[in-house]
Order: sequence, then structure tokens, then C-alpha cells
Amino acid sequence: MNRYLSLYASAAYAFLYLPLAVLAVFSFNASRFAIWQGFTWHWYVEVFRDERLIEATIHSVEIAICATIFSTVIGTLAAYAIWKRRARWLTNSLYLSLVTPEIVTGVSLLAFFQWIFRFLHVQLGMHTVILAHISFSIAYAVIVILARLRTFDPALEEAALDLGANEWQVFWRVTAPNLLPAIGAAALLCFTVSFDDYVTTSLVAGVNSETLPMVIYSLARRGVSPAVNALSAMITIGIGTLIVAAEGLQQRGARSRP
Amino acid sequence: MSRLRVAFLSPAAIVTIALFAIPIGIICAYSLLSRGAYGGVILPWTIESYRRVFDPLYAEILWRSFVLAAISTSLCLILGFPLALYIARSKRRTLLLNLVMLPFWTSFLIRTYAWMFLLRDTGLINTILQSLHLIRQPLPLLFNDGAVVLGLVYGYLPFMVLPLYATLEKLDPALLDAARDLGATPWVATWKIIVPLSRSGMLAGSLLVFIPCLGAYLTPDLLGGGKTVMIGNLVQNQFTTARDWPFGSAVSLLLMALVLIILLRMLSRQSEQLL
Repeated sequence: MNRYLSLYASAAYAFLYLPLAVLAVFSFNASRFAIWQGFTWHWYVEVFRDERLIEATIHSVEIAICATIFSTVIGTLAAYAIWKRRARWLTNSLYLSLVTPEIVTGVSLLAFFQWIFRFLHVQLGMHTVILAHISFSIAYAVIVILARLRTFDPALEEAALDLGANEWQVFWRVTAPNLLPAIGAAALLCFTVSFDDYVTTSLVAGVNSETLPMVIYSLARRGVSPAVNALSAMITIGIGTLIVAAEGLQQRGARSRP
Repeated sequence: MSRLRVAFLSPAAIVTIALFAIPIGIICAYSLLSRGAYGGVILPWTIESYRRVFDPLYAEILWRSFVLAAISTSLCLILGFPLALYIARSKRRTLLLNLVMLPFWTSFLIRTYAWMFLLRDTGLINTILQSLHLIRQPLPLLFNDGAVVLGLVYGYLPFMVLPLYATLEKLDPALLDAARDLGATPWVATWKIIVPLSRSGMLAGSLLVFIPCLGAYLTPDLLGGGKTVMIGNLVQNQFTTARDWPFGSAVSLLLMALVLIILLRMLSRQSEQLL
């Protein structure tokens, strides 16, 4: 039976990885179509020549960096406070925001922004996308940091308090340094979640805020373009590396516990 | 409450209230207003939008979303269980589990696009079949319900494997040894002992898969073409093309309510099991 299981597991992993692998392989295909006609870098060159793609990449990176900084800081502080003493309503609403279908998050934010714009003279754009991304990334940051805090020994904090440190000094000089790997992991996770988001972004984006996933979406709808394959391969490798790094940081944080 | 706690909690609280609670509240209000000429909403207050949700046309979309989500969840369960079992029995559990989760963290859009590349009329599968002279005309693999289910299963399989693994890993191997000593074959032991004992993991996994499947938007949009419309597409359409914000809001809230009902029912059942 174990032999069947391992055979099945190989097939399952193939199912998970083959589509992405095939996409990557065909990004080097000289033909526009799905027939192999020799190796080429052409589509990669094309990606880097495409001004719309370059601009969208810059937007995506800017948005992801802003959203990451805010949501990691806010999430770390909140996780620490929740760890000290439960804040039911906040944890519950964070979990609720996680299970809310993305399309609902998107349209509710769109309606909210449009309602706000009745009073303020602003339009949809980069800032609305960043706000939306902060709102859905915080939950991820809180979860990662909380997971690390659960393995953190509170005796360290008590010792610091006994030795005369105040609450803030305890957090800043004792707990936060111990959390650094987890904070790094949370930041990487927030970055990838923000960088990859399409549904919410497409609803709250306005003029001059087209992101990379939005371009990929419109190209994918239009039909075959091997440049999209090349772009997808690069993003998948890049994001995959970030995720592996985040996992590594989390493991390291967990191992260094006293 | 200490000042530090207030300072630490308030940023998250402000963001959650301003960018989650209030927007949902606005949707609630909009669902009870009338449709404006160019999108947006106007007075008077009305429950017309909720009445329209039960129009046969829209009720069918709700039903279809339920069916597609249920099929995808069952397939995830069938496909995910042996995989979780394999990982739980393996020596390199962490690595294997991370390998399941890794694709989940990479772009959902790109993973969906990968299937478009495979399934299109001029896609890889049709090209290979044609060059082998197995078919003359390309098979209509993309833009149908099957493609949507495939995309959903592909997208959410990790959500099934994770909780299943967590349950299976905790099972006492002595149970299997005992069954074997008493003459059960590995298959019988798995079916009669492991499967019933991993029910809580199955429930959790099904919940984690069913909820995002029910609210799916991108998968039916890209893989289903114009034909397969699920609730998510209906919501998006009302807010963009159709410009009927009150109706879109009503459908959003209905979707949200369905998710909450399923979540609460499952959670209460699970806590009963724990007792």
C-alpha cells in the first residue's frame, strides 16, 4: 500500500508543479504557439522592453513596499498586544476579514472610497490601492507574529520587569529583538500577498495605478503571448524565493527559542 | 488597560474599523437604496434588490456556485487525503508539506493563467493531441464548468491537505499496529480506522476549501469564459458593467451571510466533536 501511496504522491506533486513548469519551459520557445521550435531569450527581452510592463512593475513594487511597511508594523504591535491579553473582537474581525471573499472586500472598499470622495476631492489611484492592501495584509502579519510569540518564554519579560525596565523597554529591548526573524517573515509574506493581488486591486485602482497582475490579466484575456509566460516565470521564481526565505526565517525564529 | 496596550492595538483597530467594518456597513446601506443612473446610489430606501436576488435567473447562479464549490471540495478531499496520509507517514514531513504550500503562495492569477496555456484551443494539450493525430479538431477544454472545477481544485488543494495532515499526524500509530495484529490488511485498516478518526480534519479542510470556492471570482472569470457565472462574477459585473450598485451590494451581503452561516455551523459542530 505504501508503494501506491508514494506513487500517488508523486503524481499529486506533478499536478501541483507541472503547469507552472510547462509555462516556464515554453517561455523559452522560439514559436508563438505551443509547438517547440528551439530556444530563445526573445520573450524575456520583450518583457524588459515593454514600457507598460515596466511601469506596472514599478507601481506594484511601490504599492507592495508601502503596504508591507505599514501592515508589518501595525500587525506586529497588534500581535504583541493580543499575546499579552486577548482582544477577542480584534482577532475575530481579522479572521473574518480573512474568510471574506475577495470580491466582497473589493466592492465594499470601492463603495467606501467612492463615498469618501463625496467629501474629499480625491480620486481612485495608488493611495486607494495601498490602503486596500494594508487592510488585507495585516491579518497575515498578525498570524505569523502570534505564532512566534506563542513559543516565546514570558519569563524573559518578567525578568526584565524585575530588573526595572518599563513596559516599552521590555518590548523594544527584550521581545522585539527576539521577534526579528518572524517580523522579517511577516514582511515577506505581506509583500507577496500585496504584489500578487489582482481582484481587490483591479476594483480600487484608478488612473496611473495599473499593477503588474492587472497587465497580466488583460494580456491573458486577449490570448497567446509568450511574453506573459516569460513574465509569469520570472514572478513565480521571484515570489517563490521570497516565500522560501520567509519560511526559513520562521524556522530560525522557532529554533532560537530558549 | 495600560497605555502601551492602547497604543499597540489602536492602529490595527483603526484600520480594521475604517477599511473593513465601515466598508461592509456601507454595502449594507447601499443594498437598501435605489440604483443611480450612472452607478452609485440614490434615495428612496427599498428592499427591491433583495427581492431580485430570488429571481430565478439569479437563484440559478447561486445554485450553480453551490454545486461547483461542492464538486470542487469533494474532489479536493478525494485527492488530498492520500497525499496528506503520505506526508504524515513520511520522514521528510516539513519539506513535503512546504512543497504543497509553496504554489499556494505564488500568484493565483499566474497559476490560473498556466491552465489557460494548457487548455486553450491552441494550447499545449490540444497541440500535442493534434500532432499525434489523435484528434482533428481541438477539444473544447477551456471555458466550461470542468475547467472551472479544475482551476478551483488546483488552487485550493493545499487548504485541504494542511488540516488533514495535522489530524493524521496526531493519530497513534499503535492503532494501525493493533489492527494489523488482528488481521486487517493495510487498506482495511486505513478505511476502518484512519478515515473515521480523521473526520475533524476532513471537516476543517472542506470548510477551508468550500468557502473560497463559493466566493471565487478569478477562476470562473478566466477559465469559465463568459458561460460559467458564479456569485463572485455576478457581484463584479453589478459594480462595473451593469452599474447596479444596490443589487451588487445585496448579492455581496448574501455571499457574506452564506460564508458566515457555513463557518458558524461547522465551528459549532467541531466543538461538539471535541466535547
